[in-house]
Amino acid sequence: MIIEIGHYALILALATALVISVVPVVGARRLDRAMMDVASVGSLAMFALVAFSFAVLTYAHVVSDFSVANVWENSHSLVPLLFKFSGVWGNHEGSMMLWLLILALFSALVAAFGRNLPDTLRANVLAAQAWISVAFILFILLTSNPFMRLDPAPAEGKDLNPVLQDVGLAIHPPLLYLGYVGFSICFSFAVAALLEGRIDAAWERWVRPWTLAAWTFLTLGIAMGSYWAYYELGWGGWWFWDPVENASFIPWLAGTALLHSALVMEKREALKIWTVLLAILTFSLSLMGTFLVRSGVLTSVHAFASDPTRGVFILCILLIFIGGALSLFAFRAPRLSAGGLFAPISREGALVLNNLILTVACGTVLTGTLYPLLLETLTGDKISVGPPFFNMTFGLLMAPLLVIVPFGPLLAWKRGDLLAVFQRLYLLAILAFVAAVAFFYVEHGGPVLAVLGLAAALFLIFGAIADLWYRAGVGKVAASVAWTRLAGLPRSAFGTALAHAGLGVAVLGIVVVTTFETEHVVEMKPRQTVEAGGYSVRFDGKRPANGPNYSEERGHFSIGRGGVEVADVWSSKRIYTARQMPTTEAGILTFGLSQLYVSLGGGTNDGGMVVRIWWKPFILCIWGGAVIMAIGGFVSLSDRRLRVGAPSRRAKPARPAMEPAE
Amino acid sequence: MIRRFVLALAVVLSSVPAFAVNPDEVLADPKLEARARAISAELRCMVCQNQSIDDSNAELAKDLRLLVRERLTDGDTDEQVMNYIVSRYGEFVLLKPRFETKTILLWGAPLLLVVAGGLSLIVFARKRAGRPTGSKLTAEEQARLSELLDE
Repeated sequence: MIIEIGHYALILALATALVISVVPVVGARRLDRAMMDVASVGSLAMFALVAFSFAVLTYAHVVSDFSVANVWENSHSLVPLLFKFSGVWGNHEGSMMLWLLILALFSALVAAFGRNLPDTLRANVLAAQAWISVAFILFILLTSNPFMRLDPAPAEGKDLNPVLQDVGLAIHPPLLYLGYVGFSICFSFAVAALLEGRIDAAWERWVRPWTLAAWTFLTLGIAMGSYWAYYELGWGGWWFWDPVENASFIPWLAGTALLHSALVMEKREALKIWTVLLAILTFSLSLMGTFLVRSGVLTSVHAFASDPTRGVFILCILLIFIGGALSLFAFRAPRLSAGGLFAPISREGALVLNNLILTVACGTVLTGTLYPLLLETLTGDKISVGPPFFNMTFGLLMAPLLVIVPFGPLLAWKRGDLLAVFQRLYLLAILAFVAAVAFFYVEHGGPVLAVLGLAAALFLIFGAIADLWYRAGVGKVAASVAWTRLAGLPRSAFGTALAHAGLGVAVLGIVVVTTFETEHVVEMKPRQTVEAGGYSVRFDGKRPANGPNYSEERGHFSIGRGGVEVADVWSSKRIYTARQMPTTEAGILTFGLSQLYVSLGGGTNDGGMVVRIWWKPFILCIWGGAVIMAIGGFVSLSDRRLRVGAPSRRAKPARPAMEPAE
Repeated sequence: MIRRFVLALAVVLSSVPAFAVNPDEVLADPKLEARARAISAELRCMVCQNQSIDDSNAELAKDLRLLVRERLTDGDTDEQVMNYIVSRYGEFVLLKPRFETKTILLWGAPLLLVVAGGLSLIVFARKRAGRPTGSKLTAEEQARLSELLDE
């Protein structure tokens, strides 16, 4: 019964969304206050309905109600409680419900905290959000209904895909969707601005924090997914340029560009039209990313669904939203007024260059991801576009960006002095290069190109510190004054520095791992030892073991350094009972920022094991860098400017107490 | 349908705990082995999803790895090995497609985008230089502002 009520709540949510789609827009045209207010109340009601519906689905999963087809297909009574929860979104239908839940949550947030927005803007934004909700609820109800019943109810479920039974993957989708869906707010604001034909101050104040929040979550989501792939898939890679990874990386690149152009818009009122376009594109790419994965067009490890009716429905949604928004842009953008002017050499100019490179990189990854698909559809020719292509093109595009990042924050707005910035940075560049050569020497060589990569990474980190250094005036003013100044800097300055330094740390990790990692593929018999990264790895033997819903074969390894045992680790191969599906659980040991990665292979006839051992120097920098970037995002979000927001519209119109100006 | 899907998933995922190169495949000559690894990383495992033959433990990938090593020991250059594999399995095996007519847009995309972006930047900058920057106030708000200022 409760299941049917959940299903019904979703249908009610659809009806609510339909009302919010139409009434407030009409209200905004007629300046009818009552009709516009429907948007706020409706969005809150819709969130309540969707949240209830989602809660019902979660309940069904937690109590293992196998009469619900979705639970039967993706759960098992023996699955640990955490994975009963994460099983809700560990499948196609449930993940669409999660998407919808976050969408409704964000609409509700705008409704609840958007009191300082002009009425018409709020009404239009919430209506645009509701259009997206309508599309998604229809998609769920018509093609991916999670509330379908089975009669008779099976006694036992088919188990959650073992690969998904992991803490990392339990939180990966929510983070990713917070990012994807966060961009929907930027999209709705852009559409509302186009509908109104003007961009006002409230618009600018709202778009940047939402972009920042969405970007921060997306960064964390991607990093989480990458780390998961690294430890779960068992072959030590951390980025595969898999279409599914690209589906999240493409919106991230566009979102990063949006973040920077929104900054120019907020500070200098320039690049307005471009920002509107970028907001539309970013969410369009998020939509596309979601649906490329969901429709199963790109078959890969992650793709769950493959059903043509869904694919066609998805294609229609994409066409309507992307096509509609872009046409609206084409018709209405000329009506928007252009923003402030700036010289080519200025902070704005640097940010334009940033946008150019990021959008080109975004377009390149997009082309590479879709090209095989399009070519096959059009000509029937099958080609593959894989890591070698992306590493080459993307690497070439990003290299100049890494070098110019430290220059940006040091340039003045409007009209900058490049020479002065050079003077401030050339010492750092030399320092970074020397440090890179030293590092290279210590790690005993590798391709010479690595030195340049290392230097770029260090230059990014030093540059971020230098930015704060110069802003505080260290060296120019007394230390105590500099300290006060540093403490008084806006948090967004620290956010920027952290994000840029984080990028540097990630690049450092990437360069070091690619250049200096070592791999050993060996057949090991018990008590045999292999040297890796200065550690000795001894295979002690293997034994079978059982978990709640799997059985495994575990190998034990002792790690020694200089003859002394320093650590030990288990590495195992699991078979999940319900699906008879094998997985590897690599043994991973962390030493500082580096890791030793031990993965088990097949047994040999004479009682040995095939073992793969990697030494991954500085690998934690890759995800650590992403986390630092995300921390930068949060710090920047806590900036006073964003917390306070636009002054409340409801405030009493106090009489201006002006002092006579003499 | 569901059964088939689950079956397909099982087949796909069973290749996930990949155990690519096995010790018995490794060539004695480290230089030759390094070349073999580099070539393997650029060849697609035909029966897997987005895996190179270097990463995959599918039977077919193993056959290809052995084939690559066989050709290398016979004295083929890297290019000859690639050509041989492509002649047998088609262009689909190449993870980095060759530059030819049908991939011209793929390889040209970055350059095209840079040029298009750069050109539109110049065009817009020129066009905008003459245009006044707009006011953010509506007529109504403008009226209210002048009213306030007049007081």
